[in-house]
Amino acid sequence: MKNIVIAILVAFFSISTVAQEKKSKNKKAEIKVAGNCEMCEKRIEKAAFSVKGVKSADWHADHQDIHLIIDENKCSVEDVAKAIAKVGHDTEIVKAKDEDYEKLHGCCNYERL
Amino acid sequence: MYKKIALVLFFISSVASAQEIIKGIVVDEKKQPLLGANIIWQKSTSGTTSDEKGNFSIEKPAEFSILEISYEGFETQKIEVTSTESLTIILKEVNNLKEVTISKTKRSTEHSLYKVTNVQTMGQKELLKAACCNLSESFSTNPSIDVNFSDAVTGNKQIKMLGLTSPYILIAEENIPSVRGASQAYGLSFVPGTWVESIQITKGAGSVINGYESISGQINYEVLKPVNDIPFFLNVYGSQDSRYELNTHFNHKYSDKLSATLFLHGNTRQSRNDMNDDGFLDNPIGKQVNILNRWQYNDTEKGWVSFLNLRYMNDEKQAGEVGFNPDMDKLTTNAWGSEVNTEKIEISNKTGYVFPEMPYQSFGFQNSFQSHKQESYFGLNQYNIHQTSFYSNLLFNSIISNTKNKFTTGINFAYDKYDEVVNVNFNQDFSRIDNSVGAFFEYTFDNLNNFSLVAGARADYHNRLGTFVTPRLHIRYNPWEQAVIRASIGRGKRAANIFAENQQLFASSRDFSILNSDGKLYGLNPEIAWNYGLSFIQKFKLLGMSSEVILDYYVTDFQNQAVVDIDANAQQVLFYNLDGKSFANSFQAEFSIELIKHLNFKTAYKYYDVQTQFSTGQLQKALQAKHRFFGNLSFETHIKDKGQQWKFDFTYNWLGEQRLPNTSMNPTAYQLADYAPAFAVMNTQITRTFSSTFEMYIGGENIGNYKQNNGIVQNENPFGSYFDSSMIYGPTFGAMYYAGLRFKIK
Repeated sequence: MKNIVIAILVAFFSISTVAQEKKSKNKKAEIKVAGNCEMCEKRIEKAAFSVKGVKSADWHADHQDIHLIIDENKCSVEDVAKAIAKVGHDTEIVKAKDEDYEKLHGCCNYERL
Repeated sequence: MYKKIALVLFFISSVASAQEIIKGIVVDEKKQPLLGANIIWQKSTSGTTSDEKGNFSIEKPAEFSILEISYEGFETQKIEVTSTESLTIILKEVNNLKEVTISKTKRSTEHSLYKVTNVQTMGQKELLKAACCNLSESFSTNPSIDVNFSDAVTGNKQIKMLGLTSPYILIAEENIPSVRGASQAYGLSFVPGTWVESIQITKGAGSVINGYESISGQINYEVLKPVNDIPFFLNVYGSQDSRYELNTHFNHKYSDKLSATLFLHGNTRQSRNDMNDDGFLDNPIGKQVNILNRWQYNDTEKGWVSFLNLRYMNDEKQAGEVGFNPDMDKLTTNAWGSEVNTEKIEISNKTGYVFPEMPYQSFGFQNSFQSHKQESYFGLNQYNIHQTSFYSNLLFNSIISNTKNKFTTGINFAYDKYDEVVNVNFNQDFSRIDNSVGAFFEYTFDNLNNFSLVAGARADYHNRLGTFVTPRLHIRYNPWEQAVIRASIGRGKRAANIFAENQQLFASSRDFSILNSDGKLYGLNPEIAWNYGLSFIQKFKLLGMSSEVILDYYVTDFQNQAVVDIDANAQQVLFYNLDGKSFANSFQAEFSIELIKHLNFKTAYKYYDVQTQFSTGQLQKALQAKHRFFGNLSFETHIKDKGQQWKFDFTYNWLGEQRLPNTSMNPTAYQLADYAPAFAVMNTQITRTFSSTFEMYIGGENIGNYKQNNGIVQNENPFGSYFDSSMIYGPTFGAMYYAGLRFKIK
């Protein structure tokens, strides 16, 4: 009985969320971003924050990913990926141009994705 | 996603920064536990080491998520902490010894390079260096706080920061102001040291979140949290001056969400000591019962955390002439004696909520009710005060567009009802009700690199202080590696409780008078001061040894002060509004170094220039040494398999000459010198840990046996007109030895 109620509730909620398809003001996302060191971290996070709508950006060297909270009304994950690629860091969505990669400091020349 | 949920568990106490405890075990590839592995948060200075079973637990600040685990001869591992699940860390042995990592044990007192305010955290390790006994004595190994010598009658030890006494310091328990108003004189001695988890000392103006009262700095202490406390703790202490203390903690975890600790403290001193043969007890006799029941509710998933504290304390002290018997001699001239009885009841709650979807956004709500009742007499002077207070603070933390810009805002409310009767050369009822309501906003900017600032302001309405604004600003800049420059400026305003804060003066034959009558506080105006500070820290390697230099310069400039004048006349205490200049300038240079592994040396020189315009002229503050020198040497052996360890600690304090209050009008026999001589006091302690559950310690205070022999003027005739026991510049008891033990069930 209890399970049925839950099943109905779940079904109901999933339908209503599909129906709404509302853009989240606090969308969480994790994307792969390649980098090496603390300098990379500062550069990557700075690039992410340069995109309007990025509320929180945390890059992790060991996992090679960035944790984002963004306002989807103002930007998309792609926008952030582009901004990061522009400063020379490959992401799973957008790759950096070779010339931008070349500009990086010696210690930041990570293995490209 | 799940990572952010992990951030949810937080304590409102550390406003705006989430804290949780990460536990784990460090083992080698053969699953053998590694003892003494270093676990630190990447890019931070906070860390811990694993115990003999390889276990560790570490507080997780919100801003860090990567743990670095290092152990000599093993590859350093980094791990991202994504939940509160217990971690198992397997370290690989390195074959190539060139890759050996240098390990670092956590310092007992940490000076942060990244926080905006000039704050230092004293951890448990530091607190244990002073085995006895309560909060006022915890600072004896810290150069930033000066512990005064107890005044001859009450045995009370006042603390000073930047040359100013504790009323100018905001003292808070987990960010709820705790030692204030009526409890100002003895409040710190009502917090047993074993209850305290850590102490944060902030020099300078401090945050606006907890109120407008702090002038020279803030001291916040955190009480042990039930959720990560051990099931049982016992501490027994006894000293040569017949002081006995007993502390027991019982902790129970009812579920993974609800836990509670019962703290029981008792202390007593019964035998009458008079080591300097002045006919008076060196320390008061008495007893204290102190009970705290603390509940913690944590719901990590939903983002809730809540604390409830219930506390009762009763303290009785008797002082005065050795033969004084309260039953027969109270308020008579048979013999001079004093009794101070205090009863304290406290109920406080705080609740925090972190939005699971937005780990940077949270609410906090703090409420506290306190009743502090003191009944006392000092010879023929009587002083009774009963303060009933209610404090409430609602705060909200969030960001402006992104986490580089954070803010905290909120409102708070305070109500204080004082029933106060002073019966000295006059008999007057000073009862009053104070209430205030205020709103604050504090903005924090961090460029994620080398610069951050905290700019805060609050506006308050207070029925006696009026309507006023309190601005405060803190700036931090890292000019180069391992260095930080901080600057701060801020305003403070407070109601001086002139009798409660100066009650050691009741133990004299002085007449009291208040020279102003048009103010709203005992006829006086509120105290207002600006504090300006500059601080520089550089960490570096000196011949391969990690060292640190700290330079601090602070100025406190009073616009108004409730001046306490004991210089105009040796038979009088005058209170009046400041007319002229009053300031406290302080400079401190501190150097610490780890000479060899586990051998730490810390030294500091302190200079104070504290002056006030008295009716008789601009004078240096009495009983305040202009020059002070501090040294601390601590050594601990490597922890063995079962946790066995030796710890040695030695502290040296040198105080330059101190100006003594003017006694030149007294008959020659009752005159004191203009200045007290310079002297040194040495303390030492040895701790032997037998296992991770049992340790013993012995120690000595003032082992050089320095004694101030003329502590009481006209001690042979305490009802004479020159009697004064408030002129204490040094220890009266001489050398004192103690021993104790600690037992834990984990």
